[in-house]
Amino acid sequence: MTTLTLSKALNAGLRKALENDPKVLIMGEDVGKLGGVFRVTDGLQKDFGEARVMDTPLAESGIVGTAIGLALRGYRPVCEIQFDGFVYPAADQIISQLAKMRYRSRGHVSLPIVIRIPCGGGIGAVEHHSESPEVIFAHTAGLRVVACADAADAFAMIQQSISSDDPVIFFEPKRRYWDKGEVDTVAGLTSALPFDRAKTVLDGTDVTLLTYGPTVRTGLESALAARQDGRSIEVLDLRSLSPLDEDTICASVRKTGRCVVVHEAPVYAGLGAEIAARVTERCFYHLEAPVLRVGGFATPYPPSRLEDHYLPDLDRILDAVDRTFGY
Amino acid sequence: MTVESGAATTAAQPAPEMPDQAGEFIQLLTPEGERIDHPDYPLELSAADIRAMYRDLVLVRRIDTEAIALQRQGELGIWASLLGQEAAQIGSARALEPADMVFPTYREHGVAWCRGIDPVRLLELYRGVSHGGWDPEEHKFHLYTIVIGSQTLHATGYAMGIQRDGADEAVIAYFGDGATSQGDVNEAFVFASVFNAPIVFFCQNNQWAISAPLERQSRVPLYQRARGFGFPGVRVDGNDVLACYAVTRKAMQAAREGQGPTLIEAYTYRMGAHTTTDDPTRYRLASELEMWKLRDPIERVRAYLVRTGLAEPEFFADVDTEAKQIGARVREACRTMPDPPPLAIFENVYTEPTSILRAEREQYAAYLDSFPSEENEASSR
Repeated sequence: MTTLTLSKALNAGLRKALENDPKVLIMGEDVGKLGGVFRVTDGLQKDFGEARVMDTPLAESGIVGTAIGLALRGYRPVCEIQFDGFVYPAADQIISQLAKMRYRSRGHVSLPIVIRIPCGGGIGAVEHHSESPEVIFAHTAGLRVVACADAADAFAMIQQSISSDDPVIFFEPKRRYWDKGEVDTVAGLTSALPFDRAKTVLDGTDVTLLTYGPTVRTGLESALAARQDGRSIEVLDLRSLSPLDEDTICASVRKTGRCVVVHEAPVYAGLGAEIAARVTERCFYHLEAPVLRVGGFATPYPPSRLEDHYLPDLDRILDAVDRTFGY
Repeated sequence: MTVESGAATTAAQPAPEMPDQAGEFIQLLTPEGERIDHPDYPLELSAADIRAMYRDLVLVRRIDTEAIALQRQGELGIWASLLGQEAAQIGSARALEPADMVFPTYREHGVAWCRGIDPVRLLELYRGVSHGGWDPEEHKFHLYTIVIGSQTLHATGYAMGIQRDGADEAVIAYFGDGATSQGDVNEAFVFASVFNAPIVFFCQNNQWAISAPLERQSRVPLYQRARGFGFPGVRVDGNDVLACYAVTRKAMQAAREGQGPTLIEAYTYRMGAHTTTDDPTRYRLASELEMWKLRDPIERVRAYLVRTGLAEPEFFADVDTEAKQIGARVREACRTMPDPPPLAIFENVYTEPTSILRAEREQYAAYLDSFPSEENEASSR
């Protein structure tokens, strides 16, 4: 086991993928010489060359569109979109092209492309640098959408995503890039949990807290704080946002009878709505309270001096947990 | 045929000669401060005009220096420095008429200055207090646009509106060398061209898009791109405030007279980092920076004013004093700038708050009220 930050774990995972498969390419703005603005691709161009780790022109639609062409030619591109809010110029290529190619070709064409997107707020950034657009892609059939929350998953899930023959939108919690965790960089992927499965990060009995990405840590902190009040919160890291691991989710909710979903993205028409509907459909007779949601407001992401109000924190999560006991 | 990954040579061949092309751009004031004439750009400016430009250059650099320091001290989240690009911005902005409209990127602090935006408003954005928030029409200066290149289409549409109004106005759209790779910028060129819109595309080619050098965006000089879109392109010494002024004035006048768009490539250099979070030592050589220091946009104006006797020593002392005062004012205003109230999050999403917004706002207000006091609220977060 090695102690790595989440960003270094991603770097190690990308390095493995580049080593294991000569078809794997990395492309994006500033990913080569600079090593990415968050240094996730640090040193990879030096070791694998400019043909495999490409600094692209400044054009997101160009990055994804040419990645599609490279994939048609047999490559496995891993694209970096520098910040969440910069993915929209590539929306046509992702939503209309990448997601639908298999369907349109009646299965003849696979596009094994990974699009890495640092997501979420909490770093005091200017606008367009703190968004959580996952639901746009979860709503788009044909894309797998995943989010890592810790270093070990970052290392394994990026490799699993690259191995996938489906396109994967890979969300990285940017404010957790510097969080450290234990990573087994020697073990192969066979022992890793499949990347479309949720995992229980803390066992509990009273309420199920479903979350992913940057708020997994917030959820854990909330659960530890709740213990002092005698509340036992079970925390699940969803990891896969499309598809959802409904079996794992429902098994936990049937056990606890209560469910709170937490994400940074706006609550309105967010992923929590889909989860709440499914949990209600499948666990109706086990529920002691409606599924509650904690997340961003139905507003644009605010100026950073207000982001602590916008982002779900321990108090807002525990407030929702308390409310589930009020029914 | 098998495709060996990495076997092919994918690195671009060295671009056709694209170096430093002194002599291949319009220049009216040399780096040594010598005034030279150009047949296409006659320029008669009074001593007071040139002194005013010098003052602008010095003051905006001071504001920039102050902002960098404020970021280092934690007062700003981030800052995008204009260091080295003062002449391109002051020269072009001083060439505008009051009714002309400006569409900036997020680095046009010098242009903002010329349009009467208080520098403190710019700091608000970088401190995280607002997303800009000024009234674009009041200043004829649109909001800063952070997504690269998007504003060039807005600028073109605005120019199409001017055209329909029959107004004697034009638009200037600022963007950088990196933006020229974006689809939006190329689409703006197409729209502006085919509709003959009254717009000037002012590209500050500062040689770097974060870590990507110009040759990663283009293998031809950027101003030459205009020809393919059907309008003239011109390259100007972006560190020469007089040339930037003259070239922009002429292009804006042509736009107002119905001659359509012009692309101006202001050849300059980003002397600092992309933003305060960037570390340019990872990707560029110190020698390049040293070379550009010799072409400083301010020093040459000072040298010219001194040599020609158009300014007395007291003038320079006064400008320095004013710079210090502005620096102090900006610093103080930034440090004492209050955070907006939490419920401001819900304002201005729509013309009127929707039912969803009203409900969320009420819920959050009640939630905040559930904490016993401000102090408790602060300590529990």
